[in-house]
Amino acid sequence: MSTPATSIEELANQEYKWGFVTEIEADTIPKGLSEDVIRMISAKKNEPGFMLEWRLKSYRQWLTMEEPKWSTVRYPAIDYQDIVYYSAPKTKLDQLKSLDEVDPELLRTYAKLGIPLREQELLAGVAVDAVFDSVSVATTFKGKLAEMGIIFCSFSEAVQEHPELVQKYLGSVVPHSDNFFAALNSAVFSDGSFVYIPAGVRCPMELSTYFRINAKDTGQFERTLIIADAGAYVSYLEGCTAPMRDKNQLHAAVVELVALDNAQIKYSTVQNWYPGDKEGKGGIYNFVTKRGKCLGVNSKVSWTQVETGSAITWKYPSVLLMGDNSVGEFYSVALANNYQQADTGTKMIHIGKNTRSTIVSKGISAGHGQNAYRGMVKILKGATGARNYSQCDSLLLGDKCGAHTFPYLEVKNTSSQVEHEASTSKIGEDQIFYCRQRGIPAEDAVSMIVHGFCKEVFRELPMEFAVEAQKLLGISLEGSVG
Amino acid sequence: MALLEIKNLHASVSGKEILRGIDLTVGAGELHAIMGPNGSGKSTLAQVLAGRDLYEVTEGQVLYEGRDLLSMPPEQRAQEGIFIAFQYPVEIPGVSNMYFLKAALNTIRKSRGLEELDAMDFLTMVKEKLALVDMDPAFLNRPVNADFSGGEKKRNEIFQMAVLEPRLAILDETDSGLDIDALKIVANGVNGLRTRDRAMIVVTHYQRLLNYVVPDCVHVLADGRIVKSGDKTLALELEQTGYIGVEEGVTA
Repeated sequence: MSTPATSIEELANQEYKWGFVTEIEADTIPKGLSEDVIRMISAKKNEPGFMLEWRLKSYRQWLTMEEPKWSTVRYPAIDYQDIVYYSAPKTKLDQLKSLDEVDPELLRTYAKLGIPLREQELLAGVAVDAVFDSVSVATTFKGKLAEMGIIFCSFSEAVQEHPELVQKYLGSVVPHSDNFFAALNSAVFSDGSFVYIPAGVRCPMELSTYFRINAKDTGQFERTLIIADAGAYVSYLEGCTAPMRDKNQLHAAVVELVALDNAQIKYSTVQNWYPGDKEGKGGIYNFVTKRGKCLGVNSKVSWTQVETGSAITWKYPSVLLMGDNSVGEFYSVALANNYQQADTGTKMIHIGKNTRSTIVSKGISAGHGQNAYRGMVKILKGATGARNYSQCDSLLLGDKCGAHTFPYLEVKNTSSQVEHEASTSKIGEDQIFYCRQRGIPAEDAVSMIVHGFCKEVFRELPMEFAVEAQKLLGISLEGSVG
Repeated sequence: MALLEIKNLHASVSGKEILRGIDLTVGAGELHAIMGPNGSGKSTLAQVLAGRDLYEVTEGQVLYEGRDLLSMPPEQRAQEGIFIAFQYPVEIPGVSNMYFLKAALNTIRKSRGLEELDAMDFLTMVKEKLALVDMDPAFLNRPVNADFSGGEKKRNEIFQMAVLEPRLAILDETDSGLDIDALKIVANGVNGLRTRDRAMIVVTHYQRLLNYVVPDCVHVLADGRIVKSGDKTLALELEQTGYIGVEEGVTA
């Protein structure tokens, strides 16, 4: 007969396609973390006093904290003194007049990743901020956006040009003391993206940040802050890749979203950090804190994530529903293949009246992958009329992987409505055989079944990225069935 | 040249021999019924022809259009025109019937060097085929076999056969579990698909389907071998005597 019966377990043998290293001269500080290192980072970025104070306050807080141990993810102890906290391509960024002055090697890197930075080559309707190791190297369509009063720039630039906005909102959603990794990020973060949409403005294009870790032994600690003023709308996307290295690298980012009255923020992530090899060696530890605050009435924060990369993904994009009638959404596809571990979910905290939240989580486990959904729905006393709907589905490929669901529910208001649905299914040899008998090869069958499973999430993604995400998922599962 | 030639086929599952020397020749345009008691190997034969790897072929040969069928992977067999209507059709949640069938048809067309059908042409075509098995177009948007009744699943198999237009169709107990109305619908569907080029093998436990779908040849399978072959009257005879009579007749 043509195929061995073990076929399904051979899932995902495709090599990681983005694993190259860019040879580029970098300004890298020595390994290790101390107050001096933090002062050095702040000085390199020529930051105002309030930033340095905030960093030091965070660092001191971090020293008193312990790495959390409550999740199901397992990894060897991280030596925080063995990490480089700042690495930047050696180009004087503040002196750049145009992309022509960007190191061509950098432009080639992004072109190779399918992210052309020259505006004429870009997808129509997408503005890109590219972050390479610790710093933002280019932001496109800035001028066009500025005409509408939209600020889209690197975090460093925002600190220089708009310190009042940064000071007002930095840490207002994720406080410096929030958790171990957020405190670490607050102390050492080197760059990231900053977005401000003025009142009443609908951002005419997708804003996108593309993160790339390149340097060895480097941690990436970026920070994104997005503010949608009253009645504003923005759709923001982030993508990420890293070279293949046999040592684990730490990525501890923080994202803060603030939506004022009637404002809407849609935040989409296609995360494809290096997941490690088939034996589980190397890969990125993706320990990220993402939170949105629906501060105003009728505001909305919507998270969509497709998490296919990283050795470990540990993140819970959450929404604080403060304004009355505000809406929080979380749509997630998380894939754990080979020895990947994913522990992801969300927190929906209902504070205002008639607040609503929707959670749709799709976990896919293959190989020896372990996938956990962990979600909390909290309805506070004042949240009269609050409603939540949660749906958590797990799909298993093969019999060596695992799926786990941990829903937490805390309801303090009796007028609220909470619904939870969960399912676990397995792609069986019989399903694949059925497809093959209809002429569809095994790999296409797996990919078709997985896409069917994920479609409620994919349809939340902006079109171009939905196509990307489908392809990525296909590649991540390729080679699975012989 | 016969469309399908099975010569001395032996097959086992987990070391246990189920097929113990099958010989069968099916020509284009013919409809053969394979009957037999439970455990005689009827479904195993269908699965082996489909290429299910749970079954190991230990001896013998199968030629399809003169070529070695057993060396082809299941998807290639389908692309070459072999279709199995399964006894227990599998559910595929989240994938609509429409999407599934379009993927199947276009993969098959591509393998034959034909152009893929676009969504509009595909829809027009499938709506015609739906009528053949008396199904509502709303059915196209439902996930494959998910939450289908037993009868709907069987009708869906016949509908898929109508869309994929195979050269050789093998119906594995398509009549089991159907009430008389559903049986008539399925039988009408099958009759509507009989052509001069297309051969069918109908595997069934009971004679009643053969009241509606009239076979050219009837074979009785017992203990992994074909013990008796004849025309449509053999099926009626079986109805009278039961399988035991036939088996005894052979051993006597």
